[in-house]
Amino acid sequence: MSEKPEKLIDKKGLRLDGRKPDELRPIKLEVGVLSNADGSAYIEQGKNKILAAVYGPKELHPKHMALPDRMVLRCRYHMAPFSVQERKSPAPSRREIELSKVIREALEPSIFLEYYPRTGLDIFIEVLQADGSTRCASIVAAALALADAGVPMRDLVVACSAGKIDDTIILDLMDTEDKMGSADVPLALMPNLNAITLLQMDGTLTLEEFEKAVNLALEGCKKIYALQKEALKSKYVSVKEVEE
Amino acid sequence: MSAMVTRVKQKQIAQLISRGKRLDGRGLTDYREIKVEQGIIEKAEGSARVLLGKTEVMVGTKIETGEPFSDTPNEGVLTVNAELVPLASPTFEAGPPDENSIELARIVDRGIRESKAIDLGKLCIEPGKKVFVIFVDVYVLNHDGNLIDASALAALAALLNTKMPNYEVEEGEVKIKPGYIPLPIRRHPITVTFAKISDKLVVDPWLEEEQVMDARLSMALDDDGNICAIQKGGSGYFTPKQVLEAASIAKEKAEEIRKKLKW
Repeated sequence: MSEKPEKLIDKKGLRLDGRKPDELRPIKLEVGVLSNADGSAYIEQGKNKILAAVYGPKELHPKHMALPDRMVLRCRYHMAPFSVQERKSPAPSRREIELSKVIREALEPSIFLEYYPRTGLDIFIEVLQADGSTRCASIVAAALALADAGVPMRDLVVACSAGKIDDTIILDLMDTEDKMGSADVPLALMPNLNAITLLQMDGTLTLEEFEKAVNLALEGCKKIYALQKEALKSKYVSVKEVEE
Repeated sequence: MSAMVTRVKQKQIAQLISRGKRLDGRGLTDYREIKVEQGIIEKAEGSARVLLGKTEVMVGTKIETGEPFSDTPNEGVLTVNAELVPLASPTFEAGPPDENSIELARIVDRGIRESKAIDLGKLCIEPGKKVFVIFVDVYVLNHDGNLIDASALAALAALLNTKMPNYEVEEGEVKIKPGYIPLPIRRHPITVTFAKISDKLVVDPWLEEEQVMDARLSMALDDDGNICAIQKGGSGYFTPKQVLEAASIAKEKAEEIRKKLKW
């Protein structure tokens, strides 16, 4: 954090990167980017660059952790040492351990775990470059990786953050807005089931502002959901074309 | 992860809740009995014990001097840690903190930090060099569900009870003077936790309800009824409507509990 801007929204109502309050950053999604993984995906959202890979369902090690009636889901969210301004130690931080847990719990409701008893499924998320709302971008990529792996799912999971800067409710916070703003609300959704699978908040919001932020994040989720479907289709449509 | 609740009991808990009742006779938005004791550990700068039904959490605070974070050179440092002590439950094991205790500590931390409960600006001794570091250690002594609310409440009670050393700076040296000054507490965040069972929201789940619940939602509210921290947990989901419903119940409940604290 070298420069500290005084205002996060200018007179025209635009944000530091020129976005309107309810505008997402440009998003690029790619499915099937890693050849060893059973499923994988890559997301770029603004300066965020994140890889997600899925291994499984497979035999679980250590074996005593296996459950007789369902698959065990494991998730690791990890940031590369070079992903942020000051080098981050590669050892998992308390933040990463918490995020691994909430991301796993955000994805878990979407998967038919009971179809694969006694097995395990690993989700690995590597943040190569971080610029705010990485947990949301990670979920978007991880859900695509799960779909790419052919894991039976109730719905895709899509995630987006909303927040508050300079008294304005905004969508999709980038790093500076997260650090200098007054609230951050990351949210994950299964759009077709209208089910919120991740919800966190820090900052200060009145109930009215909170409701507004949740609704804005839900709108953002729906936009990203369309991109997710597009990304999945484009991979499998191109496969079909190669075969023909 | 969890001690077993028989299928029969699981069903019973879920069916009762679907009819708006609970196995222990509470209403869906009732807390168990709350008891708060402060100043129970003399050697800690501040301490408190909270009993939430049979759930028991002790919090001790310690104050040391240390270096500030580089991005907040003029502010004291707050550190929250939680221990799920093995004597508190057959499911807790000794060893380094697992994801559950880390999550618990971070939820408690977020409630205090984001509500700006402590005036950290007043804990600066020498900008960029020396500040007071406040350690809040959450010690779970008996686990009967809803550790989050009990821990958050105990942490706040302990902070309110915390005495800071009286000091003055002489030529860059910190001199401790006799006597104490209270910790500068501005806000009183209260955390309210819901469990979703049978598609209904239940406040303050006890252990067996936690084992039946689909998902969990915790909200911390400040003195003005603003939300300052939220955490969803568990492998289920909430609908947007349930989230907003929870927020308005939490606002009421937080006020109710705040009245029980003395400051």
